[in-house]
Amino acid sequence: MATLRDETLQVRSSEEIVLVRQAVRAWAAELGFSLVDQTKIVTAASELARNTVLYGGGGSVRLEMLNSETRRGLRLTFEDQGPGIPDVELAMKDGYTTGGGLGMGLGGAKRLSNEFEISSRVGEGTRVSIARWK
Amino acid sequence: MERIPILDMGEFLLVTIQVDMHDRLAMTLQDDLSEQIVTTGARGVLIDISSLDLVDSFIGRMLGNIAAISGVLDAKTVVVGMRPAVAITLVELGVSFKQVRTALNVEKGMDLLRASLAPEESSNGDAER
Repeated sequence: MATLRDETLQVRSSEEIVLVRQAVRAWAAELGFSLVDQTKIVTAASELARNTVLYGGGGSVRLEMLNSETRRGLRLTFEDQGPGIPDVELAMKDGYTTGGGLGMGLGGAKRLSNEFEISSRVGEGTRVSIARWK
Repeated sequence: MERIPILDMGEFLLVTIQVDMHDRLAMTLQDDLSEQIVTTGARGVLIDISSLDLVDSFIGRMLGNIAAISGVLDAKTVVVGMRPAVAITLVELGVSFKQVRTALNVEKGMDLLRASLAPEESSNGDAER
């Protein structure tokens, strides 16, 4: 697997969430994702970017354009140095929220992606990585 | 301050969302619309989202809130023009749009609002449409 391109963006405010959405949209379009697939990855990115801002106290996202012999895709890795998630399994549950949102962010982002990984340490931060293949 | 314009069309308010809304802008719209429903005495709100290429859980919640708030203020909200890709994604995301009335386009949304206002004793059941 080769990384054709990568770029890291700040995710610290609601304006920057919009910039992340726009960057992900542009990359997904360039990769030739269908409109539905573009919308899915952009929506997943929006959910995770908001989590980074609201719960992680801000952080970053790394966009990677991936290429293997058989397929191309987009990986997004959100990282923050926030308080971390004490119970990841619980946080993944639909409807569970500590922030007054709908509680659909993590579970929804997972459903909208082909690959999903999360790791979090209390007091150190959270890292969520998703990928969608063309 | 940046704002989404709200058009007063007599008994209805029309909002056409044409920008990629950041979260504060969405909250401002929710507040502005609530104000406008009361000041204009509008009976219906039409929200055109045909320009939106994304509705995530935050925007979905905002639309749900507007529908709920307008209901309390005796006005009906219809969301119109959702793109197919957005609809597919919203369902997969898991955001329920149960309390939000939708129509395919502005014209159909207007019809829906007019029909629901036509009989003075409009039912508040919401069960059937």
